[in-house]
Amino acid sequence: MSYRFEDVASVRTMLADAKYLADEGIAGIVYLADRLGKPILVEGPAGTGKTELAKCVAEVTGSRLIRLQCYEGLDESKALYEWNYKKQLLRIQTEKDSDWSEIEDDLFSEEFLLTRPLLEAILAEDPVVLLVDEVDRLEIETEALLLEILSEYQVSIPELGTVVATQVPLVFLTSNATRELSEAIKRRCLYLYIDYPNLERERQIVESKVEGINENLADQVARIVRSIRQLDLKKHPSVSETLDWARTLVLLGIDKVDAQTATETVNILLKYRTDIDKAVKEFADNPDELVPDGA
Amino acid sequence: MSLAEPTTHGGEKPLLDLLSDFIVELRRAGLPVSLTENLDAMEAVTHIPIEDREAFKYALGATLVKNHAHWKAFEVVFEVYFSLRGPEYEVIREGDDAAPGENGEGQQPQGGGGGMQSLTPEQLAEMLFKALMNGDAAMLAALARQAVTRFAGMEPGRPVGGTYYLYRTLRNLELDDLLEQLMEASREEAPEDLTPLEERLERDEFSDRIEQLKREIEAEIRRRLVADRGIDAMAKTLRKPLPEDVDFMHASREELANVRKAIYPLTRKLAARLARKRRHGRKGALDFRSTMRHSLSYGGVPAELKFRYPRPSKPEIMVVADISGSVAAFARFTLHLVYAISNQFSKVRSYVFIDGLDEVTRFFDGVEDIGEAIHRVNTEADVVWVDGHSDYGHAFGVFWERFNRDIGPKTTVLVLGDARNNYHASQSWILKEVQHKARKVYWLNPEPRAYWDTGDSIVGEYGNHCDGVFEVRNLRQLERFVEKLV
Repeated sequence: MSYRFEDVASVRTMLADAKYLADEGIAGIVYLADRLGKPILVEGPAGTGKTELAKCVAEVTGSRLIRLQCYEGLDESKALYEWNYKKQLLRIQTEKDSDWSEIEDDLFSEEFLLTRPLLEAILAEDPVVLLVDEVDRLEIETEALLLEILSEYQVSIPELGTVVATQVPLVFLTSNATRELSEAIKRRCLYLYIDYPNLERERQIVESKVEGINENLADQVARIVRSIRQLDLKKHPSVSETLDWARTLVLLGIDKVDAQTATETVNILLKYRTDIDKAVKEFADNPDELVPDGA
Repeated sequence: MSLAEPTTHGGEKPLLDLLSDFIVELRRAGLPVSLTENLDAMEAVTHIPIEDREAFKYALGATLVKNHAHWKAFEVVFEVYFSLRGPEYEVIREGDDAAPGENGEGQQPQGGGGGMQSLTPEQLAEMLFKALMNGDAAMLAALARQAVTRFAGMEPGRPVGGTYYLYRTLRNLELDDLLEQLMEASREEAPEDLTPLEERLERDEFSDRIEQLKREIEAEIRRRLVADRGIDAMAKTLRKPLPEDVDFMHASREELANVRKAIYPLTRKLAARLARKRRHGRKGALDFRSTMRHSLSYGGVPAELKFRYPRPSKPEIMVVADISGSVAAFARFTLHLVYAISNQFSKVRSYVFIDGLDEVTRFFDGVEDIGEAIHRVNTEADVVWVDGHSDYGHAFGVFWERFNRDIGPKTTVLVLGDARNNYHASQSWILKEVQHKARKVYWLNPEPRAYWDTGDSIVGEYGNHCDGVFEVRNLRQLERFVEKLV
């Protein structure tokens, strides 16, 4: 079997080309997943680039991305497959006279099968990346749907038999950890936790993703965000919010953030009233606040 | 595959043996490592060379640790087992006069750390200052090593823990004043006055670097201890409880923060279980009228039994929590739990007491900031009646008097407390009445079971009137309670 990646370093450079800055852990685990043929369970706070990782891996490996968005109430017929019963009815009606057993055999063939994302990923001939987004939204019982796919890369359809993947797809499961996933899922996956990036990496992300930003501003943005994350907030600013903020600053033509601009634009970083108040208080409520900048 | 081939740097054990020891230690530390995961890890290390330490660590982590809360514990064990591998992590012994013979092994200047012994303390302090000022990570690491050599006063075989050495080293470095000095220097260096925002950012940056230095020092001490005492002994010394095993009563601030993070998923689980029970619940009672009516079409034979629709009961929860001094640490946790529960269920009423009792539901309603809610509970709730020492009897009396009408057959009452009543009257008849009216009464006690009914604890007496008394000292036990409850 051929592998997608040469070594850990090449994962990093390839992802960097797609403007995804992977740290040691991310690159190492993606490489390992490719070698071991195991799914990756990506956990971490919202907006740290979990979904983005799957997309970028698909992009750099030239694979098709098949995405299954999870939600409460998702079931087999939407995740795996469904019989196209309208077509089946038509089939029965058009050939009323022919032998029943013949029709019956015919009715449950691939022709009448509607593939849903999971089955599609298994059936695919071309290289695919399967992204199962926000697994934690599934009910605990529905999680079991994924188990067969994750460990054997196959789907059992009672009427048809077992469909086994011709190529091992690279599978990403993402979770915001709002609840703990079952042991069964965890056991089958490699576990990757993507936390907020450190200062250095966040600065690089800002520099590579935001066009027209100068080094100083990127550095300042990263520093301010780090300081905000140290506060005790309800929701910390995510990487995507950092990027939004940086883009806004660039659009406004600001090349140096002072307390005033920070206060005025902080609502892009923080989405809760209480959080905003706290941050503003922390950074602006200072005795020398009234001294004009640079005086 | 040359699995058994690579040996440790010290040349003692083959990698696979070390790895299985490592996994045994993880299990001892409480991490649930299954056999499959074990095998995965063995396979993973054939793809990632051990020389690439970071990648190697993440490879092991990805296969063995499936819960982020366990990562810290994993990191410690990893350091103990693999810290002595790789040349750059070799312990530098040039400063150890305890082992003069080993100095001859040509361990000359390594990573800039070697030539430092001749420096005076003042020079060393200056170098440290500069390194922190410029954020020179390599230099910091070297200085950390040097600091440990100089100040920790480590002697082989001395049965002292790592914290002792850490304390000694840090005290000699005088890090407390350092932050202010750094700020002073950076103010002078700046071309113009720093704005408050800039100053704040600088401060955060410097404290971050100082933290990093501390971590380096800690790691260095650990490395030396491992070299001195051997892997197994150190692993045992460093073993710390996982977040779910942390005792609420004796948790440090940091541990408590981790516990808090874990509560939310737990209450979601509780809510999910209750909801499932309601949805998949068996059918309701026989609907006699409907059955009779349908029997008409079968000539009066009740061939088709009709049942009433199951009436999903919305769980009503009443939480009665002791927040007195004797359970202070537990009380803080309790309030978090109450907050998390009230977010998940529609009908939650909460009460806190010491020797008086007050309803605090309103403080948690629609509040975004748990810190503020707790603050209001602590300052505004009227919980002191006489002297502010727990009096369960009187508190229950107030509860019964004011709220007994609100207890219905759907109500589950949770009492949280250690039942240390300061020898006041127990008034346990109230609990008996409550149990009579309510669906269930559960008592969660944060004390170890061995202490129950000793001294002024009368949990046994109250327990007679509860549907269950549970020892809940850590998250694991709380989870078990949740599972039993539903």
